[in-house]
Amino acid sequence: MSGKTLYDKLWESHLVREEEDGTCLLYIDRHLMHEVTSPQAFEGLRLAARRAWRPDSVVATPDHNTPTDHWDDPDGGLRDPISRQQVETLDANIREFGALVYFPFKHQNQGILHVVGPETGATLPGMTVVCGDSHTSTHGAFGALAFGIGTSEVEHVLATQTLVGKRSRRMLIRVNGKVGPGVTAKDIALAIIGRIGTAGGTGYAVEFGGEAIRALSMEGRMTLCNMTIEGGARAGLVAPDEKTFAYLKGRRFAPQGANWDKAVAWWKTLKSDADARFDKVVDIDAAGIEPQVTWGTSPEQVLPVGSRVPDPAREADPVKRNSIERALAYMGLAAGTRIEDIRIDKVFIGSCTNARIEDLRAAARFVKGRRKADSVKLALVVPGSGQVKRQAEAEGLDRIFLDAGFEWREPGCSMCLAMNADRLEPGERCASTSNRNFEGRQGAGGRTHLVSPEMAAAAAIAGHFVDIRKQGKPGA
Amino acid sequence: MKAFKSLDGLVCPLDRANVDTDAIIPKQFLKSIKRSGFGPYLFDEWRYADVGEPDMDCSKRPLKKDFVLNQLRYKGAQILLARDNFGCGSSREHAAWAIEDYGFRVVIAPSFADIFFNNCYKNGVLPIVASGEIVDQLFRECAAQKGYRLRVDLETQTVRNPAGEWFQFDITPHRKHCLLEGLDEIGLTLKHADEIRAFEERHKAAQPWLFA
Repeated sequence: MSGKTLYDKLWESHLVREEEDGTCLLYIDRHLMHEVTSPQAFEGLRLAARRAWRPDSVVATPDHNTPTDHWDDPDGGLRDPISRQQVETLDANIREFGALVYFPFKHQNQGILHVVGPETGATLPGMTVVCGDSHTSTHGAFGALAFGIGTSEVEHVLATQTLVGKRSRRMLIRVNGKVGPGVTAKDIALAIIGRIGTAGGTGYAVEFGGEAIRALSMEGRMTLCNMTIEGGARAGLVAPDEKTFAYLKGRRFAPQGANWDKAVAWWKTLKSDADARFDKVVDIDAAGIEPQVTWGTSPEQVLPVGSRVPDPAREADPVKRNSIERALAYMGLAAGTRIEDIRIDKVFIGSCTNARIEDLRAAARFVKGRRKADSVKLALVVPGSGQVKRQAEAEGLDRIFLDAGFEWREPGCSMCLAMNADRLEPGERCASTSNRNFEGRQGAGGRTHLVSPEMAAAAAIAGHFVDIRKQGKPGA
Repeated sequence: MKAFKSLDGLVCPLDRANVDTDAIIPKQFLKSIKRSGFGPYLFDEWRYADVGEPDMDCSKRPLKKDFVLNQLRYKGAQILLARDNFGCGSSREHAAWAIEDYGFRVVIAPSFADIFFNNCYKNGVLPIVASGEIVDQLFRECAAQKGYRLRVDLETQTVRNPAGEWFQFDITPHRKHCLLEGLDEIGLTLKHADEIRAFEERHKAAQPWLFA
C-alpha cells in the first residue's frame, strides 16, 4: 500500500461521513466572509429559521466594495448606495449571527480577507478553510485545505459547519532547482499556468513542491497558492515547515503555550509521504522561468517578457486560433508585437495576489529615486490590509511611492475587480499585479496585463514593459 | 431548489472557450443582496452595446445584434451549448443565478470549472460534460438546423438529438437524487447533526487550538 499525500491527510482528518458513491461530509474549521457572496446565505438561514452552527469559526471583513480613498469624508468615501447597502448588510449579519472576529469598514485591521486571515493567525496548518471567494486557495500556503465555494455552500457551512463533496484528484507540481534573479513567486505561478493551461488543474488539488517552492517566503507561497485557481484547481498546497511556524508564532489567533508545541508537533506530520501516489506529476525547471507578462484575456495567455505576442495564423487548433484572435482584438494588439514595446496607461500594485508587505517592498526597491513616466496616468498602490499599510509606512515605503508620483491608498480589493471606484476606462491598458486578465475585469473595456510587483513598478517608471533583469541593481 | 427531471429544449450555441464568470455576470451586478433578477444582465458586456449598471431597464438598452442571445432563432433557449472550461474564474454564484434566471436549465460543455459546476447543482441547473467530439457535432447540427432542440433526461442520464442519436452523461447518485427531488441539501445534512457533533468533539480533543 502506498503512502498518503498531504491532501489525503487533510481530507481524512476532516471526514465526518462518506456515502457509497464517495460523496463526503467534510468538517470546516475556518469560514472567511466578505460582503459580496454572503448576504444571500444569511438571508437563506433567516428564511429557514436556522442558526449559525459555529459563529466562532467565522472571520469577516468587507473588502470588495470598499473605497481606497476619502476615508476621512463623512461618508467614508463609500458613495455608491448599493455598495454601502452591501457593506452595511454584512455589519448587520455579523451582529445577528456572530463571528470570531469582524473588521468592519475603516477598522484599523480591515483589508483583503486573504491577507487578513493569515496575518491574524486565523489560518493555520491542518485546517479546512473556505470562503465564498475563489482566491481562498491562498491559504493553502500554510498546509491548510482551502478552497472557494458558492453562496449556497456558504449557507451550508453556516448552517452545518460542513460541506458536501467528493475527493479531488491529486497533482504534484515540482519546481526544481533555483529561480534566477528577478523571478518571483508570481512568475512561477504564471509560468505554471502557461504550461498546464487555465483548465489544467480542473478536478485536482495541487501540491507544490521542489527546491524553488521551499525557498519561497510565506508571502511568496501565498502568491503561488492564490493563483492555483487560475490554473483550474480549487486548492493549492504547500507543506508547512519551519518558515510556516516562524511566520505564525505569536500571531493573534495562533496557538499559545503548551498548545503551540502540541500544534507544531502535529503540523510537522502534514506532508506527503515519500511513497505517496499522485494522479499527475508536473516537473518544471526553475532556472528556465523568466519574468512573465500576460498578453491576452486568460491567464494562460502568458509569455516571458522578451517574447512577441503570438500570431493566430500559426495556431492549428480552430478553437485556440479563435481565442487568440479574439484576445488580440480585445487587447488592441497586433500579432508579433514585442512585449517590451507595449505601452501602458495605468499601473495597479495590489490584490490578494500581491499586496503583502514583501510585495510592496519589492516594488518600492524599483521605484526608489525614480519617477513614474508622464504617459502613465495613474500608478496605484493599494496595501492588502491596515496592518500591511502601517508596516509599509513605518518603513517609509509610502514616501518612496508618493515621491515617484504613485498614489498610496487605503486597503481593499480595489482595481483587481473594480467593484469600487478604482477602475480602468474602456481601452485603457494596465500593468497589474492582480490575478485575472479577463475581459472587463478591471473595468468595462479595460485591458489587463498580469505581472509581478517588480515588473509593474518597472513598467510604471518606463511607461512600457521592461525586462527587470536588464535594469541593473534596483534602487541603485 | 427547483427539481429537474427532463427537458426538451431549444439550444443556444456559445462558441468560445474559457468563458469566465466575470463575462457571465460582470461585477457591478454583484452588489445586489438578492438571489434573483440577474437574467437580464447575463453576458452583459457581450450582449449590450452600452455599459450596464444595476437596476437598468434592459428592454431599452442597445443590443449587440451579432451576439447569440440577441438572435431571434435562439429566443427562449433553455439549453446552453458551450466550450471547454466554462465558468472559470470567480466563485460568484451569481453566474449560476443569472443563467437560471435567464431561463437556461442545462449547460453542455466538454469541461467546466469546478466551483461553477457545483454552483449549478445548487440552483436546479444541470451541467453536462460531453466529449469534445460530441460537442463539436452538436455545434455543427445547431448551426445547420434552425430551431435545433435536444431532449435531456436525468433519470436515464441521456441527451437525444432530433435524429434520435443519443449519448449518456455522468452524474453522482447524490447529485442526481437531489436534482430529481429538488431537495434542500442543508436539510439533508442536518439529518446527520449528531454525527457532525460527535466529529466536532473528537476534533476538539485532538486539536483544541482550532476552537480557540
